[in-house]
Amino acid sequence: MNTSSAPRKIRIATATLGGCFGCHMSLLDIDERLLALVEIAELDRSPLTDIKHCGAKIDIGLIEGALCNAENVHVLREFRANCKFLVAVGACAINGGLPAQRNRFDVGDILSKVYGDAPDGRSRVPDDPELPLLLDKVYPIHDVVRVDYFIPGCPPSGDALWKFLTDLIGGRTPRLDYPQFHFD
Amino acid sequence: MTEIESALDPILAKYHRDPTALLQILRDAQDLSGWISPEIRAAAASALAIAPTRIDSLTRFYAHLYDAPRGKYRILFSDNITDRMAGSVALMELMLKKLKLERGKLSADGLVSIDFTSCTGMCDQGPALLVNNLPATRLTARRIDEICGLIRAGAPLDQWPAEFFQVEDHIRRADLLLGAPKKRGEAIRAALALGAQGFLDELEKSNLRGRGGAGFPTALKWRSCRDAPGEKRFVVCNADEGEPGTFKDRVLLQSFAATLFEGMALAALVTGAQKGFLYLRGEYSFLRAPLEATLAEMRRENLLGATIGGAKNFDFDIDIHMGAGAYVCGEETALIESLEGKPGRPRIRPPFPVTHGYLGFPTLVNNVETFCNAAAIATIGAAAYASRGTKQSTGTKILSVSGDCQRPGLYEYPFGVTIAQVLEDCGAPDVGAVQVGGAAGNCLIPEEFGRRIAFEDQPTAGAFMVFANRRDPIEAARNFAHFFAHESCGFCTPCRVGTSLVAGMIDKIAAGHGAQYEFLDLKRLHDILRASSHCGLGQAAMLALGDMMQKFKPAFERRLITRDFEPDFDLDAALARARELAGRDDAAAHLGEDI
Repeated sequence: MNTSSAPRKIRIATATLGGCFGCHMSLLDIDERLLALVEIAELDRSPLTDIKHCGAKIDIGLIEGALCNAENVHVLREFRANCKFLVAVGACAINGGLPAQRNRFDVGDILSKVYGDAPDGRSRVPDDPELPLLLDKVYPIHDVVRVDYFIPGCPPSGDALWKFLTDLIGGRTPRLDYPQFHFD
Repeated sequence: MTEIESALDPILAKYHRDPTALLQILRDAQDLSGWISPEIRAAAASALAIAPTRIDSLTRFYAHLYDAPRGKYRILFSDNITDRMAGSVALMELMLKKLKLERGKLSADGLVSIDFTSCTGMCDQGPALLVNNLPATRLTARRIDEICGLIRAGAPLDQWPAEFFQVEDHIRRADLLLGAPKKRGEAIRAALALGAQGFLDELEKSNLRGRGGAGFPTALKWRSCRDAPGEKRFVVCNADEGEPGTFKDRVLLQSFAATLFEGMALAALVTGAQKGFLYLRGEYSFLRAPLEATLAEMRRENLLGATIGGAKNFDFDIDIHMGAGAYVCGEETALIESLEGKPGRPRIRPPFPVTHGYLGFPTLVNNVETFCNAAAIATIGAAAYASRGTKQSTGTKILSVSGDCQRPGLYEYPFGVTIAQVLEDCGAPDVGAVQVGGAAGNCLIPEEFGRRIAFEDQPTAGAFMVFANRRDPIEAARNFAHFFAHESCGFCTPCRVGTSLVAGMIDKIAAGHGAQYEFLDLKRLHDILRASSHCGLGQAAMLALGDMMQKFKPAFERRLITRDFEPDFDLDAALARARELAGRDDAAAHLGEDI
């Protein structure tokens, strides 16, 4: 009987910044391969575990979504500080994606339009300190921290995520085959 | 007929209402009011029976077609690195200040706009600018002062002092081509004496190779065009000299045009083409009238037109086609697209133009200097020609020398001349680097000055920019990177996105926010652009930068931060607008440094 202790499990953390959770849905889309994944990995901070902060020594951090507000920046920084590999997952994290459509407008004008047109003419732009302030523009995550890998797609397919993760964990430079990022 | 329609009518008539001439029509129409107004757009589209969006596709593609008013005086400062080294940035700021303008914005009275444009080919007499497409050279603070005065007074350009627009040839070393102009008609008569096949054989023996940079054997190209099946054939001269630092074609066009046209006629003799085009870059509009005059003289002398030189079945004439500010049109298939009145996006090769070119017919495209060489070969014979230069690179090469040297200008050498020899001749001590071949060329350092200008060693289309030791290579790298980001046609993703990423990263490094991360990323982009761009523009866009990063590594590295990353913008400032609207200034309303 093999008495040597099992190898340490790979620790994975995930987060959604300004995104739609579509990339997380794709992660669940690896279906029964989830069982294979939990054999070798465990989830740390993630919307799937509801763990609020990163534990120590996370191996892989998967970031979905773009930087839209101050809280997104704090989350991203926490991930960068604790993850060996930080991965931008999907169009929003990589390019700003759909949220970046607001970049052609001034954020002040947007806030005034949305909250300032009350019938009594009074501005109701939310000012509670609990609410994170919006950044002037929506930024891709590599504008603010170093990013190690990028997985394109909106969202990347479950197959693409699986291929990426198995490559990375297996020590191979992750590569996606053409059909895995060809969408039309 | 509305006023616009009647103003457009003669322009449309001149081009036979042919949509293939759309770029020419729009260039002429723009002169009516300084821009392609919605009225011009609508009237031209309806007269030519084309969709207005076809007009938009051109105004958006060509830098010198405008879809917004640009003022009575449209000032464009040449933005090559040699202009910058000669002080163009300060002169532009001076002019903006004097005229109380912002770069790229039209003045409130609609009088004047000021902006940058890519290299205007005046590197030997910069800093230079274009005012309504006319080049003003050798700018100084005093000259800027005078120009501002003339603009404020609303003086028409033909009343400005002629010396402002003086363009010198600066021929410093002449050989076969730049010596005394040949006797007009000599080349054609000599070739006619040999016959079409006889001259082609002579051309083959001369081993002439294309002077646009790639060095393709000229006789092989001419023969392929002749033998390609097709009802008609075309001869095209590529005078879209846009490579930053290159200006030899300008001089050939200004002072040796008849030789060039004779060379084109020889190509017609060999291939059987009856129609030729000179594709002249928009920045050289000032050469158009003298070139037209030369063409008219040559027609009178029976060197162009029907039965040239009295030879039966030798009919050939040349039209001048103007570009409108697009570097990529120097690529031969993009040039053909532009000739056809479309945005100049390179085609997929093969098929090559010699079989499927202008309007799908066999088309021969050669550089200005190549045609001039062909004419010289007809005159002096292949044996005498091939005795110059090296075995693999016969004849001479004209170098456009500019930058930090005492005698910038044209130097014509037999192939095989060393970089060191050129530097000695142009008066350049204390040289840190030489950029050979323009922004898309190679950056050579003193250890490499023994290398030779030749296809088998250091090939070049002619640019030779000298950088003194005191110059910062990063400034040149930034200038080139922004040039390519501006000139990328946007067709393929590696080039469109890649060139912009490169420009952003170099800016970040130059501003002191870059880390090894960006430096390594530049190397990665270098490989991606070279391997996967659609045409030569993207493939060569990082050639010089790759050289500089390798040969001036410390100049880049000393600007890199020791941390592994930092943003190149102030995150806390990015919250300022939201803070203001929410009226907050609490701790959570700020973003500190990432630790």
